[in-house]
Amino acid sequence: MARRHDIGQAGWGQSVLAFAVGIVYFFPVLWIILTAFKTRPDALATPPKLFFTPTLDNFRAVFFRQSSTGGGGEATDFVLYFFNSIFIAGTAVLLAVIIGTLAAYAFSRHPLRGNDTYLFIILTTRMMPPIIVIIPIFLMFRVTGLAGGYWGILLLYTAFNIPFSIWLVKSFFDELNPEIEDAARMDGATDWRVFFGVCLPQVVAGLAATFVFGLILTWNEFLFALLLTGVETRTVPVAMARTLGGNVGADYGLLAAIVTLFLIPIFFVTFLLQNQLLRGVTFGTVKK
Amino acid sequence: MSIELRGATKRYGALTAVDAIDLDIADGQVLCLLGPSGCGKTTTLRMIAGLEGVNEGSVSIGGTVVNELSARERNVAMSFQFYALYPSLTVADNLAFPLHAEGLSGAQIADRVAEVSRVLQLGDILDRRPGQLAEGEKQRVAVGRSIVRDPTCFLFDEPLSRLDVQLREEMRGEIKEVLQGLSKPTVIVTHDQLEALTMADRIAVMRAGRIEQVDTPHEVFANPANLFVAGFIGTPQMNLLEGSYEGPAQVGHSRFALMDGQSLTIDVGTLPHELASGTPVVLGMRPRNLEIVSEAHEDCLTTRIDLIEPMGAETLAHLSVGDTGLRLVTDWRRTLAEGERVHARVPAGTAHVFADEKLLTARHRVDAPHGHEASATKGARA
Repeated sequence: MARRHDIGQAGWGQSVLAFAVGIVYFFPVLWIILTAFKTRPDALATPPKLFFTPTLDNFRAVFFRQSSTGGGGEATDFVLYFFNSIFIAGTAVLLAVIIGTLAAYAFSRHPLRGNDTYLFIILTTRMMPPIIVIIPIFLMFRVTGLAGGYWGILLLYTAFNIPFSIWLVKSFFDELNPEIEDAARMDGATDWRVFFGVCLPQVVAGLAATFVFGLILTWNEFLFALLLTGVETRTVPVAMARTLGGNVGADYGLLAAIVTLFLIPIFFVTFLLQNQLLRGVTFGTVKK
Repeated sequence: MSIELRGATKRYGALTAVDAIDLDIADGQVLCLLGPSGCGKTTTLRMIAGLEGVNEGSVSIGGTVVNELSARERNVAMSFQFYALYPSLTVADNLAFPLHAEGLSGAQIADRVAEVSRVLQLGDILDRRPGQLAEGEKQRVAVGRSIVRDPTCFLFDEPLSRLDVQLREEMRGEIKEVLQGLSKPTVIVTHDQLEALTMADRIAVMRAGRIEQVDTPHEVFANPANLFVAGFIGTPQMNLLEGSYEGPAQVGHSRFALMDGQSLTIDVGTLPHELASGTPVVLGMRPRNLEIVSEAHEDCLTTRIDLIEPMGAETLAHLSVGDTGLRLVTDWRRTLAEGERVHARVPAGTAHVFADEKLLTARHRVDAPHGHEASATKGARA
């Protein structure tokens, strides 16, 4: 492509500044990743070491308990915890996006009397800090037997993501040119086909953005997971917290290794959807 | 097939967008709905399409009242102002979209798409998506999508408004040709009188939800039914001078007194007998009909040149008669000077007389060909 000098093109100065700001934000992440490869003395050294001999011991320790002879010992449950995190967050957010999309289309195209009031009420469910509702929810879940199993946490996380999904996806539907749907109706399309064949393909980028946002929020969620998951359904953030304590103090290398592994799935999803995401988060203002 | 509207009314709350209009569009006829923004022309089109309900009155297609039928059931093809192509589908799939609803086989659909793409020369762009098309190509695809099946009638909403001037002229010809080949009742909404004058068999001029006049393009231009139509059709705009009727003069002539005290004796054809002298009237004169003459005469207005606008082959002169402005178009070779006093002659049979907003005189002769008249000043478009 020919070199272009658009209004938006940054000069050298701006590029360097942006890079510097980027480094400031990325530094903690970088530090965690480095720590994951350090031995315990290196991780705790003062002043902090930038150059050291990397080791994979921390990663090994995530999955295998250190036995007295060194080498691979008994397996930990972290494979299960990673599966739980991926399964629970992925399923709940997917469900929330599906339900949210259907609701958003209805709110956008067939407004009810008092439409804005309903939308506001839906949003209010997210206005309270989770800590306020956690006790009643815990009691309800215990009485109904939902606590500890997959169904309970899936239900909660789905409900937790629906308001956000409705609001975000509705804004994407609102942006569409209504003439296109009129045209589809004139062309003999049923309501079903107007929605699936005409509207939905136009908001794919928005759905991807909604999915990633929801996934990040849910992936990192700690409080509900702590109280509502059981031994079999524990997610990584909860399991990570449980490695603290014990008689050896915090094992920073181990924690850093878990966090590094924990970053990979979300990084992967974001990377896969980055093109959609760019258009999604800018609400379609950047042309593909 | 034909389209009939009887007392069709559309209200949005307290606002009446379309107010009890009657329209007939015969088979094979092209009707243009022409009017300024917000006059209800697009709403009228959407009522025919079934995209808007009718509060009162009826819409019939092919003799059947279709008020209760949805857009999908009316089998009407419509082309939208912003083309409304399906962004996620290729051009070929866009063209095929209406055919899927008709339950045709894959081979039949492919045949029809090939046929339409041949007529509109879309062969090279069939695999592209709407986002990759130029404006003119989008317009072609939109037209293609509306003619690909066999609907009862065609509706076009501002079909050319998004194209630049050159492309517009080209597409206007193309659409006209396609429509002639189809010979179905067609309604075109436009705010561009040139589009209406060139493409329509009949023009319905609308204002504030009502139809002011329905007639052939020539009639609307030559005999505007009222002051609104007179002012709306033709560029530069028709001059409208207020004055009063004084009485008959020599054979076939009438005398008028103008606001600034000048009197004018001209041949305006037959006026109604009951027109009393002293009745306030408005004289309408097309800028291209006025002539600059060297000597004052009783059919002349004495004026001063305020401003001269060269328009290429012609010159538009802004004159003043007392406090009233008067536009006059003359050949570019005529030398004029700002501030000069000139006499503007009103040739026999060129002036329209309006009283109480309505046209009193009707005749069948226009000195300037209408296409020419309308095309000169794009800027003056409503």
